[in-house]
Amino acid sequence: MKKALLLAAALAVTTSASAAGKLEIFSWWSGDEGPALEALIKLYKQKYPSVTVDNATVSGGAGTNAKAVLKTRMLGGTPPDSFQAHAGQELIGTWVVAGRMEDLSSLFKSEGWDKVFPKDLVKLISTNGKPWSVPVNVHRSNVMWYNPAKLKAWGVTAPKTWPEFLKTCSTLKAKGVAAPLVVGENWTQQHLWESVMIGTLGSANWENLWAGKLKFTDPKVVGAFTTFGKVMDCANKDASGLSWQQASDRIIDGTSAFNVMGDWAAGYFTTTKKLAPNTGFGWAPAPGTTKTFVMLADSFGLPKGAKDRAEALNWLKVLGSKAGQDAFNPLKGSIAARTDSDLSKYNTYSKSAAADWKSNKIVGSMVHGAVAPESFTSAFGAIIDQFVASKNSAAAAAAAQQLAVRAGISK
Amino acid sequence: MKGLSKDRLWSIAVLTPSIILIAVFVYGFIARSVYVSMTDWGNDPAQALALNPIIRFTGFANYQDLFTGFLQGRFRQELVSTIFFTLFFILGCLGLGLGLALILDRNPRGEGLWRTIFLFPMSLSFIVTGTIWRWMLQPQGGLNQAPTLFGAPPSTFAWLSSTDAIWKFDWNKLPLLTASVVGFVLVVMAVRAARSGDRTRTLVAGGCAALLFLWALIIGPNIKMLPAPELHGFNFALIGIIIAAVWQMSGYTMALYLAGLRGIPEELREAAKVDGANDLGMYQHVIFPLLAPITLSAMIVLGHISLKIFDLVYAMAGPDNINTSVPALNMYLTSFRQNQFALGAAIGTILLILVAFVIVPYLSSQFRTEEGHA
Repeated sequence: MKKALLLAAALAVTTSASAAGKLEIFSWWSGDEGPALEALIKLYKQKYPSVTVDNATVSGGAGTNAKAVLKTRMLGGTPPDSFQAHAGQELIGTWVVAGRMEDLSSLFKSEGWDKVFPKDLVKLISTNGKPWSVPVNVHRSNVMWYNPAKLKAWGVTAPKTWPEFLKTCSTLKAKGVAAPLVVGENWTQQHLWESVMIGTLGSANWENLWAGKLKFTDPKVVGAFTTFGKVMDCANKDASGLSWQQASDRIIDGTSAFNVMGDWAAGYFTTTKKLAPNTGFGWAPAPGTTKTFVMLADSFGLPKGAKDRAEALNWLKVLGSKAGQDAFNPLKGSIAARTDSDLSKYNTYSKSAAADWKSNKIVGSMVHGAVAPESFTSAFGAIIDQFVASKNSAAAAAAAQQLAVRAGISK
Repeated sequence: MKGLSKDRLWSIAVLTPSIILIAVFVYGFIARSVYVSMTDWGNDPAQALALNPIIRFTGFANYQDLFTGFLQGRFRQELVSTIFFTLFFILGCLGLGLGLALILDRNPRGEGLWRTIFLFPMSLSFIVTGTIWRWMLQPQGGLNQAPTLFGAPPSTFAWLSSTDAIWKFDWNKLPLLTASVVGFVLVVMAVRAARSGDRTRTLVAGGCAALLFLWALIIGPNIKMLPAPELHGFNFALIGIIIAAVWQMSGYTMALYLAGLRGIPEELREAAKVDGANDLGMYQHVIFPLLAPITLSAMIVLGHISLKIFDLVYAMAGPDNINTSVPALNMYLTSFRQNQFALGAAIGTILLILVAFVIVPYLSSQFRTEEGHA
């Protein structure tokens, strides 16, 4: 046993010595998102030509496969030099609380990131004032998509509040639209849930909910669950069989009027469906969330015990830089987390999102890991499924509260 | 030293590596999982993935949580689902497999070709089967469009996304139901024993049944596992998955039955015919009894496949669909997404016990017959 350890140690020493200037980055960006990551790596290589970059991607399942592989690597004591994680509690609740990440406060100070990233964002990626990861991109979760031509034909407009939405819903049902709202498989329903919650409770209560200051069993939250139930009554019944793309298709073909989905849908509409923004597809903030930007972000952190720490720090510097963010985001279809990005490089939708990013109140998304840890998000899917079947708000709220206690959000 | 002949030494030397490997990688890991299932590893997120996690022994707390915890309704539904799935999957495979074997046994034209065709689905992986059937069972496509071929309107059955269920029962009544079923079986055993004149057996079985019923009448109704009634039943969304699984595995049962049918000597059939049995009678009294051991092995093989099923459900309905979910899927999500390793290990242990219920009696009976032969 001792011999084997010695041998392993010797091997580790020789490999790190021979490959001075090596960097391994771990992500789930492949396929459509591959070129965006390549652009970042290219930028890094221009700055640090002597470093060999090992781009370790584990594709599939919106990162679920990658996260499983990452866990085995971290537990096995061979962390990658830097890895992708959804910014916020998904990283904090899993890796920071376990004491396996390095505090990036000094990096944020030396690069002046405290000033260029919005305050609300820095708060979301920090605990006790210590930031744990560098956000690369920003997506918006609370966007309602529609087909402008169809809305005109039906004679309705995009509703501004959830009660107004329910009115529009019954108008559309009277006109023979069986399902005015389209949702897809479980996570898209959770996605809708968070927009209904924020739109009903307001962004301040949403923040309190995740800070443990507002209980899920509070009458306000139970009431918002009831609203969510009414909203789901407007939705299609075959939801769990649809991917988010299939749900978006139903907006285009006019089967349904509205869909609440993150702004990656804009990329799907323009690139895959070849539709023009504002004419082929339209968007508005989800009802009740007009001045709120519900964000999710991908970020990279620095695990303790990274073999090439210096190179990883340089990588994080590139990620946070203006050049890095403006190289990555136009290709990924997201906006920069920095507020000083060069908007001429972005498309029509992204320009409008970037304007909101600067002016709106920023809160974090639950289903995409910004405000809730994986232990909450993953089990919350079952609560939503049970609620959609039973429509029992009190029971769902009580279950969510128990889950929040178990996940350490609430007491 | 006579016992340790060269032959014996050789056999020990050859067997040792595999014994050690199995001891470590099978039984060692089973023991480790069972131990982990009795700790609180992962219940506190901060300890789940820490370098030196503090892990406390908590006994059966995780099991108690799974069966009576407010948040674990998903697991209980999965347990019910898996029982229904196993039942219909085995019945479907046995029925279809036997039917196909009986047809092929009559030596139709191109028998070899048919045999290959029916056996072929088994060569696919469950992921491939699942993907194909997911397409076929789409709400607006595939199977639902089939009626239009005959001019009928398309079907609207929500194969995999249905949220309806039948045969619902309250989980609180589970101890009562179990006691009644076991009691009933004991009564049947007692009656049988009485008929064959086995007095001690009659008394023991009858006594146990009486005790169980007494318990069910007096204590059972007052037991409350959960604060509120919780209904579980057979979800319609499972039907599609059962169809896909039967499609894949019925060819295998057909092959088993065909081998069994071919193994029945022609003389027996002729003798039955000479004794005046018609076709029906011959199958009922001669052939089916001879196929019973094959049915048993098929049930064992299918039973453990269906209890452990994961990939088919994952491919067909995704991981986050509680109406089609099964315990193996939950085990994966609980351990590797929610980082609740102890709870995941507890689910795994329950699965192991379920599979053991199927496998162990079979193995022990096999072992006994082999000993008998030797």
